[in-house]
Amino acid sequence: MEHTQKPEEEAGLFVRIVSFLGRLFVAVIIPLIAFLVLYAGFLFLRDSDAPRGLVAVVAIIWGVGGVALLYWIFNGFVERLSDEWTTRLQPFVFVGPAIAILAWYLAVPTIRTFYLSLFGRAGPPDDMGFFAALGSDAFVGLSNYKAVFTDPLMLEAFRNNILWIIFGSTMSVAFGLLIAVLADRSRFERVSKSFIFLPMAISFVGASIIWNFIYEYRPPGAPQIGLLNAIVTSLGGVPRAWPQWVDISPFNNLFLIIIVVWLQAGFAMVLFSAALKGIPEELLEAGRVDGANEVQIFFRIMIPYIMGTIITVWTTVVIFTLKIFDVVWVMTGGQFGTHVIATQFYRQSFTNRNSGYGSAIAIVLLIAVIPVMIYNLRQFREQEAF
Amino acid sequence: MGSASRQRRFGGCLVTIALLFLVLLWTIPTLGIFVSSFRNRLDIQTSGWWTVLPHREWETVSEIDVSEIADLDRQGIMEFEGVSGTFEEFREGIQSGDVRVQWVGNRRLGRVEVQKQVWTVTWDFTLDNYKQVIGGQEFEFTRPDGTVEVVPGDDMSGAFLNSLTVAIPATIIPILIAAFGAYAFAWMNFPGRRLLFILVVALLVVPLQIALVPILRDYRTLGLNGTFLGIWLAHTGFGLALATYLLYNYISTLPRETLESAFIDGASHFTVFVRLVLPLSVPALASFAIFQFLWVWNDYLVALVFLGGNPEFELVTQRMAAIAGSRGSDWHLLTAGAFVSMLLPLIVFISLQRYFVRGMLAGSVKG
Repeated sequence: MEHTQKPEEEAGLFVRIVSFLGRLFVAVIIPLIAFLVLYAGFLFLRDSDAPRGLVAVVAIIWGVGGVALLYWIFNGFVERLSDEWTTRLQPFVFVGPAIAILAWYLAVPTIRTFYLSLFGRAGPPDDMGFFAALGSDAFVGLSNYKAVFTDPLMLEAFRNNILWIIFGSTMSVAFGLLIAVLADRSRFERVSKSFIFLPMAISFVGASIIWNFIYEYRPPGAPQIGLLNAIVTSLGGVPRAWPQWVDISPFNNLFLIIIVVWLQAGFAMVLFSAALKGIPEELLEAGRVDGANEVQIFFRIMIPYIMGTIITVWTTVVIFTLKIFDVVWVMTGGQFGTHVIATQFYRQSFTNRNSGYGSAIAIVLLIAVIPVMIYNLRQFREQEAF
Repeated sequence: MGSASRQRRFGGCLVTIALLFLVLLWTIPTLGIFVSSFRNRLDIQTSGWWTVLPHREWETVSEIDVSEIADLDRQGIMEFEGVSGTFEEFREGIQSGDVRVQWVGNRRLGRVEVQKQVWTVTWDFTLDNYKQVIGGQEFEFTRPDGTVEVVPGDDMSGAFLNSLTVAIPATIIPILIAAFGAYAFAWMNFPGRRLLFILVVALLVVPLQIALVPILRDYRTLGLNGTFLGIWLAHTGFGLALATYLLYNYISTLPRETLESAFIDGASHFTVFVRLVLPLSVPALASFAIFQFLWVWNDYLVALVFLGGNPEFELVTQRMAAIAGSRGSDWHLLTAGAFVSMLLPLIVFISLQRYFVRGMLAGSVKG
């Protein structure tokens, strides 16, 4: 993509410095002005007593139109400069806002959260500088991390997240693969795939309500309105409030995990289905000619062929289950031994208002995804298409 | 040859049965909620939703007035209709042939019913649940014993409007910003290009929990907590890495000749982007738009943190979670509410499924 000669190569030090500053200026000032314009509009909207519907429409136009307009204005400004300077600065008009927002919302917070995790519940004192605060009483060093790894509730959360990862990802991959293989050989492929796929549009909160209704408990003898208990009692079993059944703890978590498998299997199915269609027909025929039965073909040819997709799906579901929050929060609120890392994070950060402890949990969550991040970066480097 | 094809047909049949079973397994949970949302409050509470299907139910064919039987030994063994047993056994119901004899009520004043099994369906559908959940209509109903109970409804229309106000800009703004960024990464040359893109790839998997506490602090300082702008920007920030990555994958594969001929004709980057790249990228833009819309509409955590303090800005998911928490057994509200909250994402999803699948394949297979 070297279609323009690098202007840097013939430029002097002064031009370099000025262009660096210019780029930084463009990258920071656009989002900043965009922000201020939106902000001013918002103060206006917030304080007006117009009807809700009108405020909503104005807000939407204001938000979307404002952002588009600012790109247009700044691009016009940069294009008025000499060609040389346009070439230098224009890319930053385009890419600057994206980078600035990513920096503000994701990149810098990793450092800030780590910094916060070194302090007590109220965080660093407001009136002190970045380094001065490290010497204050609020600084607690790594003791939040020590608490994270010794607190019984946190240990329970780690244990549950491991269950989530093991059962959640295995079941999602297994069901996704099973459905993809079955649908591939069926006349009803399209219809059946749509039905399995549909839960992906449902929110965790909605799914929690749907499954709560399945798990609904009525005392023995009363008519059961929950499907699972109705089946269990008709087979002579005892009705239970399944996710709250602490006698089998930690396996009552499985009743929550099933919900996410139900939501995620469609995702796995679509990816596997596409991968299976990519297997050359000759390869399968060759296997059949050599006398392999369908099961052997599945395990010896299909699985190895789509291994890359299996790994992709598996890592995606693992990351997903690592961050699982909504289902647990709505279904049990973390009671009955169902806390996970993300619910503990929420509880500590926002219910208990212990920002230091909450931040330490968030950092642990970040560390847990780092292997996947490294894998992604390595894949990216291998492609070398950039 | 004949046996092989028969075997294949047999296998095909098994495949269809297995598939049908899985499809049912995946559909029944939603179906249960859907059917229940049209049943009246009392029916939901007293019988399973599957009773709308034909099923056999005991129906009383005759009653025996036990007070007329003079020498009844209520403590010992009694006999009715040729069936004998104790009071406890009759209370459970004693079956003999196709007849069941059951004692209803207490030992002293009760009566004895002779029941037969008949096929029946419980079809008594109503729209009241939806009226209550959308309009907040109060609902009066008479209990079987004659007392009248007033049940407050739950107005979700405000929450629905709020969810729309959050979801539309929180979908379009990140797409716009990401498309500009992806274009620059794909077709412009600038120092730090590779490094910045590595940053985007690295941020793909960073959990958003990492940002909540620091961003909430910023929002408190700026007065953005509990405002639409705050939550749009938050969703923009959390969705931007994936958006930039997906759109880069698409925009970088656009035909080079088309773009270059436009540059030769003297078009600027901005013109090429607006006139050429955006229209050509509609499939990719649409697929990410669906992703982001579903994600924002269905989000619970981000809204809870950044809008949580302001009940005026309650979203559909929060409203639902609140009803589930405080009125967890009001299944008539929960089932109808769940469907109201699912309606829009389901419409978007079903009508644009093609784009969604394409986007998923582009993003996840490469990443």
